[in-house]
Order: sequence, then C-alpha cells, then structure tokens
Amino acid sequence: MFPEIGHFALALALALALVQSVLPIAGASRGNAVWMKSAQATALGQVLFVSIAFVALMQAFIVSDFTVRNVVENSHSLKPMLYKVAGTWGSHEGSLLLWILILAVFGAGVAWFGSNIPGETKARTLSVQAWISVGFLTFLLLTSNPFERVFPPPLDGNDLNPLLQDMGLAMHPPLLYFGYVGFSIVFSFAVAALLEGRVDPAWARWVRPWTLAAWVSLTAGIALGSWWAYYELGWGGWWFWDPVENVSFMPWLLGTALLHSAIVTEKRDAFKTWTILLAILTFSLSLLGTFIVRSGLLTSVHAFAVDPERGLYILGLLAVSIGGSLALYAWRAPEMEPGGLFRPISREAGLLVNNLILVAATGTVLFGTLYPLILEAVTGDKISVGPPFFNAAFIPMMLALVVFMGLGPFLSWKRADIAGLLDRIRFVAVLAVIPALAAWYLLNGGPIMAYLAILGAAWLLFATLREWAVRIRLFEVSFAESARRARNLPRASHGMTLAHAGVAVLMMGMIGSTGWKSEEIVFAAPGTEVAIAGFDITFEGAEKVQGPNYIADRGTLVVRRDGELVRTLFPERRYYPVAESQTTESAIRSTLAGDLYTSIATPASDQMNNAGAWTLRILYEPLVNLIWIGSILLVIGGCLSLSDRRLRVGAPRRAKKSASDAVPAE
Amino acid sequence: MKRLIAGLPFIAAVIFGGFFLWGLNPDRDPNEIPSVFISQPAPKFDLEAIPGLETPGLSRSDLVGNERPVVVNVFASWCVPCRAEHAVLTRFVEREGIRLFGINYKDKPADAVKWLNDLGNPYERIGSDLSGRTGIEWGLSGVPETFIVDGDGTVLFRYVGPVVGPEAVERFTEALKQAGALPSGAAS
Repeated sequence: MFPEIGHFALALALALALVQSVLPIAGASRGNAVWMKSAQATALGQVLFVSIAFVALMQAFIVSDFTVRNVVENSHSLKPMLYKVAGTWGSHEGSLLLWILILAVFGAGVAWFGSNIPGETKARTLSVQAWISVGFLTFLLLTSNPFERVFPPPLDGNDLNPLLQDMGLAMHPPLLYFGYVGFSIVFSFAVAALLEGRVDPAWARWVRPWTLAAWVSLTAGIALGSWWAYYELGWGGWWFWDPVENVSFMPWLLGTALLHSAIVTEKRDAFKTWTILLAILTFSLSLLGTFIVRSGLLTSVHAFAVDPERGLYILGLLAVSIGGSLALYAWRAPEMEPGGLFRPISREAGLLVNNLILVAATGTVLFGTLYPLILEAVTGDKISVGPPFFNAAFIPMMLALVVFMGLGPFLSWKRADIAGLLDRIRFVAVLAVIPALAAWYLLNGGPIMAYLAILGAAWLLFATLREWAVRIRLFEVSFAESARRARNLPRASHGMTLAHAGVAVLMMGMIGSTGWKSEEIVFAAPGTEVAIAGFDITFEGAEKVQGPNYIADRGTLVVRRDGELVRTLFPERRYYPVAESQTTESAIRSTLAGDLYTSIATPASDQMNNAGAWTLRILYEPLVNLIWIGSILLVIGGCLSLSDRRLRVGAPRRAKKSASDAVPAE
Repeated sequence: MKRLIAGLPFIAAVIFGGFFLWGLNPDRDPNEIPSVFISQPAPKFDLEAIPGLETPGLSRSDLVGNERPVVVNVFASWCVPCRAEHAVLTRFVEREGIRLFGINYKDKPADAVKWLNDLGNPYERIGSDLSGRTGIEWGLSGVPETFIVDGDGTVLFRYVGPVVGPEAVERFTEALKQAGALPSGAAS
C-alpha cells in the first residue's frame, strides 16, 4: 500500500506545482497579493508530498518489498541495512526522486526563510522553480515511475551494483544533487529578475546564500566522489576526466565564478547581466549533467540505466528551460542598466579576471567533454578525449587563476593603490620561491610543470595568510588587539581566507600525488617482496573470506621499513554472486606525508599460469591526503561564509524608488 | 551590438542542442569501437585439432583461397551465450550454406568434445587455442566473437557477442550478403 501512497503523493505534488507555476506569477503581474502569497503554501505542500513519496520508496527498500520493480532491480534481502537505505537513490528512478525532493526543498526554503524578499520577486522566483518541478515530476511519473509493481514478485532482488555499496558513495549522490539542484533556485531568481527587468545589490544579496549553500554541497559531493574513486576503484587515481566527472565539475567552476561575480553585484552594483548569465548557465550545466548521465550520449564509466527515450524527454526539458531562459536573457539583458565603474586595477577588475579564467576553464572542459560527440557528428570518426588534453589545457589556466587569487584580496574596490600593493606582496612573492627551490633541491627530478605548480600553490597560501595578517594587523599591534580584530572581522572574510588556503592545500596534494607517484604492478606468488618508496612489502599469500553478501580473496601484505614492521595490509577482491560482479577493496596506509596504497586482483588462474600468482598493485602517493584536507577547508570556508551575520540578519532591503539619490536611478 | 552579444549564449545553446539531438539517435552506440582488424589481413596462426575429435585443426592458410568468404567463430564450452549461438550458427550452415570454422578458446579438450557431441558440430575445422594466444592475435574482447574473412585473408566483418536474436541475426545476414559469403542460390 505504501508504494501507492507514494505514487499518489507524487501526483498531488505535481498538481501543487502546476498551481504554483501559474498563480503566483500571474498575481505578481496583476498585483494580486493573495495569488502571490499562495506560493508559500504550495511550495511547502510540494516538499511535504515529495517527502512522503521519498519515504514510501525508502520504506519499500528497508523492508525489501520485492513487489516493487525498483527494489527488485536494486536491492537484495542480504544487503546491509545502510545500503538498503542508500539503494533508494541508487537507481535512475530513485535518484530522480531525490533530485525532485531537493528541488522542492530549495523552493520551500525560499518560501520559508525568504521573508525579507519582496512579494513580487518571491512569487516570480517560486513560480519559475515550480516550472522546473513540473518538468521533472512529469518526467518521473510518465517515464520512470519508481513505484511500479511486479507480478509475480521474485523471491529476492538483483542487488545494488556492488561498487556502490560503500559509505562514501552512499553519501555522494545526495550531496552532489544538493549542489546541482541547489543552483536551480539561483536560476529561478535570475529568470525572475529578467522578467522583472531589474537587478540590484539587494537581489545579489538574496541570491548569495543559496549559491553558497549549493556550492558547498557540490564541493563536498565532488570531493567525496573523488575520494571514493580513489580507494574503491583500485587504480589509485582520484580524478579521471571522465565525462560524468566533468559534468559535475563544470557547474562547480561556473558556480565559483557566480559566487564571486555576485559579490561585485552586491557590493558595487556592477556585473549585473553577467551575474544573471552565470546563474542561468550554472544551472544549465547541472541540467546538462543530468542529461548526459541518463541518456547514454557519451561513453563513461558511470553507467546509469540508459534509455534514448528518456534522453529525448530530458533534451526537451533542456530545450525549454535553457533555451527559454537564454532567449529571455537575449531579449531583456540589453535593457538592464550597466553598474558602477571601476579602474583597471581594482577588486572589480581582479574578480573580472577570476571570472574570465573560470569561464574559459569551464569552456575548455565542456569542449573536451563534447568533442567526441561533435567530431562524430561532423566526420563520423570516433575518438575519446583523455587526461592529456585536459591536463595540457586546464592546468596552465588554473595556475594563472592562482596568481590572481593571491593578488585579488589585496585590491581595494573601485581603484587600488598600486604602490601599496607591490609593497605588501613583494615579501610574499620572494617567500613563495623558497618551497619550489627546496623541492627542486631535495627531489631533483619530476616534471617542470610540477615546480611551477608548487610555486603557484605556495604563492597562494602565503598571499592568503599575509592578507589575513594585514587585516588583523598581526605582529603590528599586540596579540590581544589582533585577536579582537580577528573577532570583529566578518565571518565571510575568514571564510574566504580559509577557502583560498584550502585551494592551496588541495593543489599541494594534487602536485605531490601526480608528480611524485611511484607505482609497482607485480605478478606475485606468496613470498614475493616488493620495494617501493622506502618500504619493503612482503606478500604472504591470499585466502578466501566470506562477507554478508560477497566472497572475497583477501591478500596479506606485511609492510616493513628498515626491517621494522610498519603495518599489515589486507587488500580484498570481492565477488558479489547475486549481482555477478567484482569490486576491489584497496588497503591503504595513510599518513599526512603520503599513502601507501595496495590492491589485489584475481589470480591469473588459468591452467597456463603458475598456480597462486596474484596481481598486486602497489602505489606510493605523496601528500595525497592534502586533497581531502583542502576540500574540507573549502567546505568549512563556505559554511563560515554562509553563517555570516549579513546573510542571517540585517535583512537586505531593496532601495525604495523614492529613496535618496545615492541609488542609481531606475 | 549589445543585443548580438546578449544573444550569443542562446545561439551557442541551440547549436549544442542540435548535436545532442543527433547524438540521441537510437542506432548510435557510443561504446561501439570499430575493430582495427576490419579491412586488415587476418593474423597468422596455426592451431592443432582438439584431441579426441575428428575435425581437423585450423590455420590461417585454411581461410585464404576459398571461392567465397568464410566465417570464423570463436567459442568455448564454458561460455553460456555460445550455447545459444551454436543453434543459430548451425542453422546458417545447414540452411544458408555458409562455411564455418571454429576457434575453441581456452577450453579443456574433454569439455569441448563433450559439448560438440551433445550439440552437434557445424564446424568444418576447429583449432584448439588452449593458451589463448591466437585469441590475443585476433584482438578478442570476449567469447563469442564472429568474423567474416575473404579469400585474400582480409577481415571484412566482426561481431562481438553472440549472434542471437532477430536484430543480431539480421545484422549478421546483411554482412554475409555484402561479403558474398552466401552461395548464389541461397543468397536470394
């Protein structure tokens, strides 16, 4: 019965979304306050009904209700409870339901917390949000009903893809979706502003917390996915430039640009149409990601249930939402007024450069991701674009970005003092050379790009810390005074420092783990010894072990350094009989200095080969943990900024039309 | 000018949309990789017969110099889809008159003999590739795979996976017709 309740709740949510997509926006144009207010109730109602549907599906997974097709296809009675719950969003249908739930949550969030937003803007925004809801709810109900029953019900399910039975990956989709879909509300705000024909600092201030919230979860989601790939796939890599990774990375890059351009709109009333465009494009790229992942358009390691018909439906949704909003932009944006002026050397100019580089980087990733499709359409040739292209094109751009990232916070708004700036950064620039030279001296070897990257990361880290020190006047005044200043600094400012420093830390991890990785792949019989990065590793053999829903070959690797036992590692190769697939469970000795990473592969069991020979992959990845630590700093920085007082209280009020002449004329 | 710039994102989106629409064509499979062996000479190999079976072994020289192109099928008794494919290939030999050669891939001779005795033997010659070496030469991605080789020893067609089901059979028949592997009487 619960599945039917869930199904019915979805239909009710659709009905509410339909009302919400018409009534409030009509009210806004007619000045009917009651119609406008209706969005409040419908947005909350939507989140209620979609939640009911989501809980109903989750219930079916928890009790292993094998009369529901989705549960049959993605669950199994022997699966650990955590993964039964996670199975709710493990399939195409379930993840789409989660998508819609988050869409509704953000709509309701604006309805609930947005008491400072003027009625008309709020009504229009919520109506636009409801258009998206209608699109996706009909998609779910018409093509991908998660509550479909099967008769006769089978005795047991087909199991969730074992690769996905992992803590990191159980949490990865919700976070990623929260980020992806979070940009929907920013998109709705942007479309509402275009309809209204006005963007001002107050608008930017309403949009910023939502952007920031979405950005923080997207950051966490991508980092978690990367971490999962690192320890679960058994290759020891954390980023593969796979199309599906790229489509999550593009909204992140543009979202980062949006985050920064919205600051300029908020503080200086400039970059207005640009910010609107970024808001539209960021969500458009999120939609594009959904489309690419679910349509089978590109070759990818991420296989979702692929169905061209669904692809066509999403493409239709894309055409309406992206095409419609960009057409609206083309029509309305030229009528918007340009904002405040600024000098070539100023905070605005710095942020403009930041935006241009981020947009160019997004364009590069987009081009590299879609190039195989475009080439095939034009010439019929089939190719794939791999890491060499992305590394060659993307890394230099990021290095340029890093230079400006260090510089930007020193610049003042409107017009910066060049002499004072040079005075402040001279010391930092010299300091940044030291780690690069030290690395050169100690390691002598490795790619030249890696040394440039070390220089960039050190520059960013020192410049960020220096800027923070300047603000609180560290070492210039007493510590007590500095501490007082630090307390009085807005949290957003600390957030920026933390996030920028996080990028520097992240970079260090990336450089270390790619530039100085050592790797050994051996066919080992028991007793084989491998020496890598100062460790001596002995392969003692492998045995069969039985897990709850899998059988594993577990290898025993004794790690010694200078004869002393460091640790014994147990990498596993698991076989899931129900799903008929295998997974690699790597065993890692993790320290801040680097990871010793081991994985084991099925014995070369052929009668042709020596009995008992296994394939061992052993890697040493220096500093790799800094990637996750840097990501955590980014997330904390974002959260800190989100908790800034300006965003919580001191409701931004839109300047009255009759107010003082300090406001640009409407 | 301002209008033009504001319209650029829209135009770009329309162009991308066109490519996406093209990409959704259901006949298109992005995972399909054209075989490097197509239009290339078949690899050199010389395989012994399966011990305990009367069917002779197979080498590259058996594939060349035939009046019509021939079919080479890679199979194994441990391969479940091969069992389904076996019936289809047998029908092709009996009804359409194709010439079928087999490569028995990484299979124990006793198992292979039993399998062929149970299901019947449509193959003219079978080479036993116990080591999998010849399979590597042919660039196998799995078992079964089926190739059409013409009189010069050039590979004309490759089918990955079992030729089972109406769609696969249709594709395979079409390839046979194009290669001229069907005797003129049966091809009509």
